[in-house]
Amino acid sequence: MSTLALQVRVLSERSVRRTLRQPAAIIPAIVFPIMLLFVSAGGLQAAQNLPGFPDVSYFDFALAVTFMQGAIFATGGAGTDLATDIDSGFLNRLSLTPMSGAALVLGQLGGAIVLGIFQATCYLGAGFIGGASIATGIGGVIVLYVLVILMAIGFGALGVAAALRTGNGEAVQGLFPVLFVLLFLSTINLPLDLIPIDWFRWVATVNPITYLVNAVRSLIITGWDWPVLAAGFAVAIGIVIVGIGLSAVALRGRLQRT
Amino acid sequence: MGAIEVRGLVREFKKGPRAVDGIDITVAEGEIYGFLGPNGAGKSTTVLMLTTLLPPTAGTATVAGFDIVKQGAEVRGAIGAALQEAALDKFLTGREHIKLQGSLHGMKGAELKRRGDDLLERVGLTDAADRKVGGYSGGMKRRLDLALALLHNPRVLFLDEPTTGLDPQSRTALWDEVARLAREDGVTVFLTTQYLEEADALANRVGIIDHGHIVIEGTPAELKASVGRSSVEIEPHDAARLGDLERTLAAFGTPLTMRGTSASIRLNEGVSDVAAIVRALDAEGIGIHQLRLREPTLDDVFLEQTGRSLEGSGDDEDAAE
Repeated sequence: MSTLALQVRVLSERSVRRTLRQPAAIIPAIVFPIMLLFVSAGGLQAAQNLPGFPDVSYFDFALAVTFMQGAIFATGGAGTDLATDIDSGFLNRLSLTPMSGAALVLGQLGGAIVLGIFQATCYLGAGFIGGASIATGIGGVIVLYVLVILMAIGFGALGVAAALRTGNGEAVQGLFPVLFVLLFLSTINLPLDLIPIDWFRWVATVNPITYLVNAVRSLIITGWDWPVLAAGFAVAIGIVIVGIGLSAVALRGRLQRT
Repeated sequence: MGAIEVRGLVREFKKGPRAVDGIDITVAEGEIYGFLGPNGAGKSTTVLMLTTLLPPTAGTATVAGFDIVKQGAEVRGAIGAALQEAALDKFLTGREHIKLQGSLHGMKGAELKRRGDDLLERVGLTDAADRKVGGYSGGMKRRLDLALALLHNPRVLFLDEPTTGLDPQSRTALWDEVARLAREDGVTVFLTTQYLEEADALANRVGIIDHGHIVIEGTPAELKASVGRSSVEIEPHDAARLGDLERTLAAFGTPLTMRGTSASIRLNEGVSDVAAIVRALDAEGIGIHQLRLREPTLDDVFLEQTGRSLEGSGDDEDAAE
């Protein structure tokens, strides 16, 4: 195993352990999206009678939103943990070893990936309990997990970048409401064509979150919709690239070691 | 060449004064060098530069023979450091810290396990090694911090205020271990501290820094001898007579910092003045509640050099550190 791979592995192990040992951080990331799923499915059930609404229950339609909320929790988790490391001096301890900056960022995302997979499993379980089925079958579940991992990496990297830039856990948490607003300005509640307000439809069209929601949703309720999946994966990969890029820039400012 | 060679080292921060302003230090192999100064004097900034975590603004320094700017990775491979506050992850156990840090240093398998077990035993944490660090006491955290700093057999050890906040028993145990490291393993130790007795008990040589400058350097004995004269501190029976006491004492030496209910002077002639002082106070009708005769301390050295007492000075200067 190369030095970088070894460093990423041990830092990921640490990140995963740390994540799993903070039930107070994990439970809301699982319970909150599931609660919101059941609440919105109950309250907005009538929307499924709208002309043009997909021929599924509103519960099945809304299930995709839980995965997006889970990804947003990944932002906070990875970033807050790193901000804590900066504040406590633990980053200085790591910086005194031959650890590379790339290993620091990638290792930090290990916990976000594990949490993302665990969350996705819980959301799927809640979906099955609520009567949902996956239109793309077992293959679709695998693709869904790949998309979830990409989103955990991408959103986690945005959190890491914010932590490296500010060194402040509260600043990282400040990203959370911004991303939630973006989520609500997407297609989480209605398909794009059924959004009645022009400006809202325009915002949802340019909002990258829309394409992630649509890709996850297509796997659950539509079947193999390749253009929608391609757009979703393109956005997810784009967020990974932007997140890692911003992290790399912020890392140079944070790690001043010679 | 010394284990640490510093020449004209400077560190400036934006919108701030020079935290470190052109210091020169030489520390020999196997020496314990005490770096003494109040909060904000520049101690921690110096340590951050010497451990390669902060680039200097100007000047040069080598640690273990490597340039801190051009050979940062080599310096980091040769040093261990326990920086201010034990920086540990409260969710990991002591043994997991050892494994993480050892792996990042490229240690593995049986070598890492043997070295980790050895160090955990040496710092008295074998029984607590599998407990999460969040439940450790301050002393246990400091001892784990020291074990982690020593994991890869460093030649030079930086300890930044290692006993701050520790109870006297934990402090003494840490001093013993640091002294043993230098004596038996030949490790060079660069120790920053605010505690005079710590520098006095441990350091072969002491440098005192204030406002980014080294004001004096030498062995503790040399520094104390440079002050020379003893001091006396007297507390009057009647606190209302403190002013009279100060005026009477002024004839026998140089006034020192006040401690609220007592007056101190550095004696002009030394211990032989005491009898005359007691007679003078008796003549003035000033009763003595307590009289303490003190040999020169490192605080006296600091006072002599800066006009201020080290203990408690600089508490408002944290921003510069």
